[in-house]
Amino acid sequence: MGFLNINGVSKSYGSLKVLHGIDIEVEEGEFLVLVGPSGCGKSTLLNLIAGLEDITDGEILIRDRVINGVHPSERNIAMVFQSYALYPNMTVGQNITFGLEMHGVSKKERKIALDEVAKLLRIENLLHRKPKQLSGGQRQRVAMGRALVRNPDVFLFDEPLSNLDAKLRVDMRTEIKKLHQNLGTTIVYVTHDQIEAMTLSSRIAVMNDGYVQQLGTPKEIYDNPQNIFVATFMGSPAMNLIPAIVRALDDGTVAEISLYDGSLEHLPFGRADMNSWDGREILLGLRPEMITDEESADRKSQNIARIKNRIEVTEPAGSDTFISMQAGGKSIVARMKSDIDVKPDQVFPFAINMDKAVIFDPVEGIRIQANISS
Amino acid sequence: MSMNLTTTDQDLKTRLQNWLPKIVLAPSFGLVVFFVYGFIAFTLYLSFTNSRMLPSYEWVGWQNYERLFQIREWDIALNNLVIFAILYISICTVIGLILAVFLDQKIRGEGVLRPIFLYPMALSFIVTGTAWKWFLDPAIGIENTFHLWGWQSFSFDWIKDRDMAIYAIVIAAVWQSSGFVMAMFLAGLRGIDDELLKAAQIDGASNFNLYRRIILPQLRPAFLSAFVILGHLAIKSYDLVIALTGGGPGNATALPATFMYSYSFTRNQMGIGSASAVIMLLTISAIMVPYLYAELNEKKR
Amino acid sequence: MTVAAQENIVRTSQSVRVGIYLALIVFALFYLLPFGIMVINSVKPLIEITEGNMIALPREWTIDPWLSAWSTAQIGVEPTGLRPYFVNSIVMALPAVAISTALGAINGYILTKWQFRGATLIFGLLLFSCFIPFQIVLIPMARVLGVLNIAGTTYGLILVHVVYGLGFSTLFFRNFYAAFPNELVRAAQIDGAGFFRIFWRIMLPSSGPILAVCCIWQFTNIWNDFLFGASFASGSAAPMTVSLNNLVNSSTGVREYNVHFAGAILAAGPTLLVYIIAGRYFVRGLMAGSVKG
Ligand SMILES: Nc1ncnc2c1ncn2[C@@H]1O[C@H](COP(=O)(O)OP(=O)(O)OP(=O)(O)O)[C@@H](O)[C@H]1O
Ligand SMILES: [Mg+2]
Repeated sequence: MGFLNINGVSKSYGSLKVLHGIDIEVEEGEFLVLVGPSGCGKSTLLNLIAGLEDITDGEILIRDRVINGVHPSERNIAMVFQSYALYPNMTVGQNITFGLEMHGVSKKERKIALDEVAKLLRIENLLHRKPKQLSGGQRQRVAMGRALVRNPDVFLFDEPLSNLDAKLRVDMRTEIKKLHQNLGTTIVYVTHDQIEAMTLSSRIAVMNDGYVQQLGTPKEIYDNPQNIFVATFMGSPAMNLIPAIVRALDDGTVAEISLYDGSLEHLPFGRADMNSWDGREILLGLRPEMITDEESADRKSQNIARIKNRIEVTEPAGSDTFISMQAGGKSIVARMKSDIDVKPDQVFPFAINMDKAVIFDPVEGIRIQANISS
Repeated sequence: MSMNLTTTDQDLKTRLQNWLPKIVLAPSFGLVVFFVYGFIAFTLYLSFTNSRMLPSYEWVGWQNYERLFQIREWDIALNNLVIFAILYISICTVIGLILAVFLDQKIRGEGVLRPIFLYPMALSFIVTGTAWKWFLDPAIGIENTFHLWGWQSFSFDWIKDRDMAIYAIVIAAVWQSSGFVMAMFLAGLRGIDDELLKAAQIDGASNFNLYRRIILPQLRPAFLSAFVILGHLAIKSYDLVIALTGGGPGNATALPATFMYSYSFTRNQMGIGSASAVIMLLTISAIMVPYLYAELNEKKR
Repeated sequence: MTVAAQENIVRTSQSVRVGIYLALIVFALFYLLPFGIMVINSVKPLIEITEGNMIALPREWTIDPWLSAWSTAQIGVEPTGLRPYFVNSIVMALPAVAISTALGAINGYILTKWQFRGATLIFGLLLFSCFIPFQIVLIPMARVLGVLNIAGTTYGLILVHVVYGLGFSTLFFRNFYAAFPNELVRAAQIDGAGFFRIFWRIMLPSSGPILAVCCIWQFTNIWNDFLFGASFASGSAAPMTVSLNNLVNSSTGVREYNVHFAGAILAAGPTLLVYIIAGRYFVRGLMAGSVKG
């Protein structure tokens, strides 16, 4: 039994069902990130945990106590909102201690708690200011302070960094990670940002249309997406999904794909057992970094396929250069070293790491063969 | 914060919190239901009875409405309302728009002019009426002033003229309300995106075209609001007529509002008075209900 | 309306600008003259008005018309001046403004932050009540005030103004609170604040501007009301507007125009004062009462 249990939770607004039987178990001290496209129900799920909305079906437990119907303030949770939701009429200090005041904590104890949190977040000199007089990053800290001061069982974060500029976001991300490591609290964190999701989380729940599509560690999600949605949603640029046909040949099973000039190329599946799919269409899932030049190819891989394909566009992106080309009748992307010397229209030899390929059923959209190297 | 959870698994605090808003809203709701909608129903009922000095509960069907539309004064009142409403709405709109467009030309002294245009709105119609009544009085007002200045043939006696008195009322009413319309249009003008105007200028639009093709069409909501507000004010107009002409000369400046009052309370024809009030309500509803409905639905999403 | 005149995009030629200024000044005179002339003539002896030019400044200045209007003029049958009626209006307007504003504030809070099924319908009903022709409620209101035994009293008028002011005050606060972030309420709920505490500690302290708007609007409307005053508070309980009308339209004796004007300015005084002090808010109130929030 986990620390925070979400059991078969559904939520409807009138006839509109926005969450469908969500099951998630969060261990104590875990950092769970919810990601998904806009409108998929992330905030709704967070609000259900917080008790800000009523659950239509199912139950939520914290420390084995069912908290359906328990008032938000009695759940021992704290929440940090995207807009920070600082009370505009109160000073920073009053903002942070308002919750303690509401719970009847004495003034002296409030002061002690406030000082402690202020020190932790380095906002001691801001305590007498109004939220209006703070920068975005400072507001963010105050919002965290308000959550921290209550020493809650579970922290809920709803896109807490999305209103910050890029640089500040990276800094705050690191701080949140440090805080989590130091305090070891349980966190449920909603974000749009994949990098936030990958770097912060101990596990990720990818959501779409009110369903959890996949729940797993960042590595599982990235290397082994369970379906096409997760494959294309996580990772940037997205995983290539190359239409291919399975051919069981004498020297092993291969994926047959067409290249720029219409010629057919065979990519061996190696240890992956795809015999039963002989003659059928599949989608071959390959992350851009699995398609590269001979030199950068993964030395540990036991199954490198080599093809020659024409380069259509090159996009230098600092540390890498992305190259697009035609395969399986689609445009796909390869990731190369930044110093690679290539030009559009050049026909270039690529090395494909087939060990890391993930194979999907194009009709059902689900994974039929996992990445065998992981 | 909806309440589709069975109450059994909610704690007391949550349950109370769920009911509190409704309990607190209930008195206001009750007041409005009783004093507005209950009263409307009551008046509607009276309009089908033979009430005279006091309400009576004897049902007479459509008789009051039939009689109402045979009364000459009601006929005059309706005619006046049409004249008054059309002129009041259109003149206020035109003046308001002109003033707003002019004020929007980066005018020095806007801070002084704007309150001058607007202050009449703060006055009671009775005060306005007192001033204008005298202003328009040929014996001592404008006409007299021009006579004293030596223009003996000048004549401006609308307020004493059965055929013209209603126009005199329009003047005073426009004086009072046009500044408000100006404020609405000005707010609309200030809300228009600068970049749009820049783009139109780069496209080579002349000032005239800029206003006609780009700016005025964007003021549509302001036009609509002005129309609705002025329209309902016109139908409700009562104070100004009482202060300015008392409905006279004769009953030349009667409006439905004054008609209703005099039939209900001075002529002891409560049934007919109620019928006229119902007609007024229906007229206003024809303007307001679609407007409010659209506004409420728009706010939802 | 608080938007400052911005860099103007529409460029106009010099001559056009002169024309615009001229037109604006003519309009300004049109708006100023009636009231201005009323002021001038309120400090003239009557003889100068009836025989002289209305635009001329007084040859002989006098404050007698003001004194008369305030304390000795014949209103109806009693020579009391307008003073007792001025007091009536104050006694009526202040509680009515306070109560309708308070109810409007809490209604607006509920209708935006504690939405429940049917809330929009309730708001619609309240909103429509702003626009009904009050003639439709006069007859039953007279009877109900009679039954409650407050017919013809200031209490009766307070009740009437509270009831028919509710729609607008609710509209103001609803529109204001609709733009107030829901997340603040949620944060306060998590912090453990309840329904009233959130209102007192979070919402109200941030409601200064809309409180001003609502109070000014309600005060202006209630002070300036004539129909209800004339219908439900005759005699010594009449409000200022009604007694001013009585003064101006009294058919006995000479028409003392200068006294009428002094009386009219007295009646306009409080709302004009409010308008001068807080005109910005007044405009915003007019807007909020008409255009969408
Ligand atoms: N009060 C409500 N009434 C009706 N539908 C709602 C309500 N709140 C949310 N929804 C709907 O529920 C769905 C999920 O909303 P939610 O806010 O959880 O999305 P989200 O994943 O947080 O999106 P975002 O990333 O944009 O914040 C959306 O389709 C939304 O329109
Ligand atoms: Mg969200």
